[in-house]
Amino acid sequence: MKYPKFLVAAAVFYAAIMLLSLVGVLNGYFMIIINRSLIFVILAVSLNLINGITGQFSLGHMGFAAIGAYVSGTITTLIFKLPLPHALGLAEMGAETVFILAIVAGGAAAAFIGFLIGFPSLRLKGDYLAIVTLGFGEIIRTIVNNIDYIGGPRGLLGIPMFSNFTVIFAFAFLTVVIIRNTIESSHGRAMLAIRENELAADLSGVDTTRYKVTGFAMGAFFAGIAGGLLAHLISLAHPTQFGFLQSAMILILVYAGGMGSLTGSVIAAFLLTFLTEVLRLVIDWLNGTVGIPIGTEWTMVVYALILILVMLFKPEGLMGGREAKILILPRKTK
Amino acid sequence: MKVYAKIAAIGAMVLGLAACSSGPKEILIGGVGPVTGAAATFGVSTKNAYEMAIAEWNAKGGVLGKQIKLDFADDKGDPTEGATVYTKLIQQDKVVAIVGTVMSKVSLAGAPICQAAGIPMISPTSTNPKVTQVGDYIFRACFIDPFQGTVGAQFSYNTLNAKKAGVLFDNGNDYDKGLAEYFQAEYTKLGGTVVDYEGYSTGATDFKAQLTKIVAQKPDVLYSPNYYQDDALIAKQARELGFKGPIVGGDGWDSPDLVKIGGSAVENCYFTNHYSKDDTRPIVQDFVKKYQAKYGEVPDALAALGYDAMNIMLDAIKRAGKTDGASIRDALKATDLAVVSGQVKFDANRDPIKSAVVIAIQNGQQVYKTTVNP
Repeated sequence: MKYPKFLVAAAVFYAAIMLLSLVGVLNGYFMIIINRSLIFVILAVSLNLINGITGQFSLGHMGFAAIGAYVSGTITTLIFKLPLPHALGLAEMGAETVFILAIVAGGAAAAFIGFLIGFPSLRLKGDYLAIVTLGFGEIIRTIVNNIDYIGGPRGLLGIPMFSNFTVIFAFAFLTVVIIRNTIESSHGRAMLAIRENELAADLSGVDTTRYKVTGFAMGAFFAGIAGGLLAHLISLAHPTQFGFLQSAMILILVYAGGMGSLTGSVIAAFLLTFLTEVLRLVIDWLNGTVGIPIGTEWTMVVYALILILVMLFKPEGLMGGREAKILILPRKTK
Repeated sequence: MKVYAKIAAIGAMVLGLAACSSGPKEILIGGVGPVTGAAATFGVSTKNAYEMAIAEWNAKGGVLGKQIKLDFADDKGDPTEGATVYTKLIQQDKVVAIVGTVMSKVSLAGAPICQAAGIPMISPTSTNPKVTQVGDYIFRACFIDPFQGTVGAQFSYNTLNAKKAGVLFDNGNDYDKGLAEYFQAEYTKLGGTVVDYEGYSTGATDFKAQLTKIVAQKPDVLYSPNYYQDDALIAKQARELGFKGPIVGGDGWDSPDLVKIGGSAVENCYFTNHYSKDDTRPIVQDFVKKYQAKYGEVPDALAALGYDAMNIMLDAIKRAGKTDGASIRDALKATDLAVVSGQVKFDANRDPIKSAVVIAIQNGQQVYKTTVNP
C-alpha cells in the first residue's frame, strides 16, 4: 500500500460518479464532460513528464495521440466490423479484452515512434527540440491525411464506442500512479536532474540521452493511450483533431496547472474542460431565463480572458511546482 | 483545500443550472453549428438561417399549437466538441430534434448519438455520404459529394464541350478530395480524358509547380473543387501561366471574396451550387429579400441550406402531429417539400433527391447558368 490516501480518494471519486450516474443525477452530458476531462488528464500528465519533469519542450503531443487513435481504432474496427477476424476467433476473446489490448497496442506504437523520434532529436535543446516536435506532429497529420485505407482526410469512421467511464478512469488512474512512481524512482530523479542542469547531470554520471529518450517515449505511450480512448469515445478519428492547435491546448493545461506538478495537470484538465461547459450553460441561462441575448461565441472570449488572468496572477500555474499531499510518497524515516 | 472548494462551487453551479429547463408550452429544437473556430462564417450564416426560419413559423402560430424555441450550441468545428454538444442537447436540454451541423466530421460524431437516442437529425450541409449511413434517424438537406463531382463532370463534358481536363485539389481536405475523385470517375466514363490529376497540401498559396505541369498537357478545362481562397489563387496563377480555358469548381467557390481575390482571373469560371439568388421562383426571391433585410447581406448557400433544413424539420413535425422521435423520423422520410434549394424528397439513404445549379462568373458577378438534374 504505497498510496493509501490517493487510492482512497480515487476510489471515492469513482464510486461517487458511478452512483450519481446510476441514479440519474449525472446524465450522459456530464459523463461525456467527465470522460473528456479524464482523457485530458492523461494527455496533460504525460506531457508534464516530458516538459515539466524532464525539462524538454515538446509541441507535438497530439501527434502521438493520433498514432494511438489510429492504431487502436483500426484494430477494433477490423476485429468487430469485418468477417475475417471472427473466423480467426479474435472477436470471441470478449469485446473488453480486445479493446483494452488495442488501446495498449496504440500506446505501444506511439511509444515506439516516440523512441525513434526522440533518439536523434533529443540531442537538440530548447527551441530546436520544440521545432522538431512541432514538425513531427505535422508529419503524422499529413501521413494520416494521405493513407486512404484509414480514411485519409475523411477520418477513420465507425470506430466502436467502447470507451466508458470505468475504462477511461482506470487508464487515467494508472497514468497518474505510474508517472508519479517514475518520478519518485531513481529514473525520475535522473530526469529531474536533467531539467535542473543537463551539464551537471551529465558530469554526475547520469546518462542524459537515455533518460531523455525514456521520458519522451513514456510520455508518448500515454498520449497514445489517450488518443485511443478519445477515438473510441466519439467513434471517429479525424486528422484535424490532432493538429498543432490541439497540442498547444495540452501545453496550456500543463502551464495552467503548473510545470512539474501532476496535481496541477489533473486539476487544470478538469477545470478547463468544465469551464467551457459551465460558460455554455451560463450563456444559455442568460439567454433563456434572464433574457439577455448573448451569442454562444462569447464562451471563447471569457475562456481566453480567464486563462490570461490565471497567467497574470499565477504565472507559475495553479499549483506552482507543488503536489497535493495525497500524491506525495510517504518518506521513510531512519 | 481552496482548490477543492472551487471544484465544489463549480459543481454546484453546473447542477443548479441543470435544473433550468423550458416550459411545456414550447417545442425545443436543437440547432448546431460552428460559430467559433475556422469555419465560423459558415456557422454564423447557418445560425442566422435557423433563427429566421423559426421566427417565420412562430409568426404563423408555431407548430402543433406551440411556439418553437431554438436551442443553439456551438460545435467549434471540432468532432469532440460536437459529440459533447449533441449529448448536451439530447440528454440535458431534452430537445425533440436536432438541425445540424455544418461540417461532415462533426456531424459524424453527432449522428451516432442521435441515432442511439432516437432523436431525428438533419444536417444542412454535411456532404460526406457516410453521415446518413449512420442510421435511419439521420437526414441531410444538401446533395452529397459524389453528386456534385458528377454534375461538374457532366457540365464540363457536355455543356462546355471539354474533352481534356486537368484536376487540382487539396488532398488534405475530404471535401476537395471527394469532389475530385467523383469528377474523375464520371468524366472518364463520359469519354473525356483527365490529362493530369494533381494534389496540393492544405494551406498552400503557390500552385505554380502543379499548374505548370497541368497547363503543359493543354487541358480544355481545369477542375478546381476547393475552397474559395485557394480557387481564386489557382485561377490567378493558371491565367498567369497562360491557361485561357474555363475553370470549374464546387460550392466551396460561393463567397463574395472569390472575386475580390481573383479579380479578372475568375472570369470564364463556373461552379456547381445548391441555389442561385437569381432563381426566379418566388420562394427563393422571398428568402433572399427577407434575409437581406434582416442581416444586411446576400444569403450564401449555407444560409439557404440552414433555412431549408430547419423548414424540412418543422414541416415534418407538423405532419407527424407528435413530437416523439419515431413519428418525426417517419414524417421526415415522407417529405415532399418545395424549399429554397429545390423540391426535396428523400431517397432510401435519407439523402435528398434534388437538382444542382451551375453559376458562372461574369464581370465580377455570379450569374445563374443552368440547372442540372440528377
